[in-house]
Amino acid sequence: MKKEEVPQYDENLLNGIKEIQYAVDENGNYVEVKSPGWEPKNIALKQALKLIDEITEDARQKVISNKKSPIFFYMHLKQMDVSILKQETGYPKFIIKRHFKPRIFKKLSKKTLNKYAEIFGITTEKLMTVPDKPVDTLEFNFGFKIKK
Amino acid sequence: MNNIIDFNHKMSAHCENGVTANLLRFYGVDLSEPVIFGIGSGLFFSYMPFIKMNGIPVTSFRPLPGMIFKRVTERLGAEVKIKRFRNKAKSMSELDDLIKKNIPVGMVVGVYDLTYFPPAYRFRFNAHNIIVTGKENNTYLVSDPIMEKIEKINSEDLLKTRFAKGTYKPRGKMYYIKHIPENYDLKSAVIKGIKHTCKDMLTIPVPYFGLKGITTLAHSLKKWPEKLGDKKAKLYLGQVIRMQEEIGTGGAGFRFLYAAFLQEASEITGKQELNEISLQMTEAGDLWRKFGIEAGRIFKGRYPENNPYKKISELLLKIKDKEEKTFINLNKTV
Repeated sequence: MKKEEVPQYDENLLNGIKEIQYAVDENGNYVEVKSPGWEPKNIALKQALKLIDEITEDARQKVISNKKSPIFFYMHLKQMDVSILKQETGYPKFIIKRHFKPRIFKKLSKKTLNKYAEIFGITTEKLMTVPDKPVDTLEFNFGFKIKK
Repeated sequence: MNNIIDFNHKMSAHCENGVTANLLRFYGVDLSEPVIFGIGSGLFFSYMPFIKMNGIPVTSFRPLPGMIFKRVTERLGAEVKIKRFRNKAKSMSELDDLIKKNIPVGMVVGVYDLTYFPPAYRFRFNAHNIIVTGKENNTYLVSDPIMEKIEKINSEDLLKTRFAKGTYKPRGKMYYIKHIPENYDLKSAVIKGIKHTCKDMLTIPVPYFGLKGITTLAHSLKKWPEKLGDKKAKLYLGQVIRMQEEIGTGGAGFRFLYAAFLQEASEITGKQELNEISLQMTEAGDLWRKFGIEAGRIFKGRYPENNPYKKISELLLKIKDKEEKTFINLNKTV
């Protein structure tokens, strides 16, 4: 790749940073060139981010239709899975999966609820419900919005 | 405890190269990122269809995290300390002790809780490398090779990233240089690095690593649309492109970085042929870029022909042939 061919496709995915790429200059020597992005890789990244939104939305629907508890929703919202929750809470996986059941969730102690809320970085009050519309996970978690 | 180490921070394409280069430079060994990458045998390829992350098979263009630092320091004869922790408080107090003694400390962290990191890149990825270069009250100063300047992170967040949960937990891993000999043998280190990479790419006898891994990926990739449907096939392909191009590779799955290394290696070893091989490596890199462009067309549904996955599978096999010649050639040269 020549120096002038280093892609400069900026969608601000790097939040103002430019990353280093290596390319050859007019004398055939390798030099560092900064790049804010490249279309194919931007698409691939946005695709991965969109997948997280979709999985989170699917979880939200399951809570609304009373198939799952809000713990299931917040787990996906925070890019977690049952193994991470197991490491964070110290509960065995089957216990965590029980907590996904709305019937069991209703009976959880204040202490257990607080524990989950702390792991998700939200208030216990918030943990009792899910947002009433689809969530942009990047915006929700980090206050950052990208064009999708 | 307050102490700020006078540290020369330099950005790099790849975090582990950058951390290794910046640590070595602190001790007076000034090597470029490509040379660190080459000595550390940072070029690799693996595709293991049976290991999945978030349901998507993992393709990787790099060896296991930690290998570059380990190999470079070993090959230059440096004495290092690498340590993991069970006890969180101890991991922070030992860090503070080192900072107090003016020793910059490399560490492995998860990026999800790295508060200064670009938000769109804050995935649960646990193999990022940074250097802690100071402490002011409750805040640590961090030299992160993908950031332009020294960043800050508070001690609770740093602790969280050091003990991030999920795949490949860092477990507070930290490392630093204890001693580096003045008369290290750069030429021999460069040659060891090259030989190791040739071996990795050419001779591992299972079809998931090195060039055999590229062949395996090419063969499975052409079956993705039928087997998985359009949407999932695109996600699988997206994973390959992200690993090839995302922060850290310097473009084209490290091929350009490696070509840059071969140019410098030619000067260090006095072997003219390495310059020639650098050109071939650049051509291979250009083909990987082409692969990325074609994948981009598939993502957008704008591929001009039928059966696009078969076409890019053929392109991958062409890349593999090209690289095979290049590595055989390289192996003979050193």
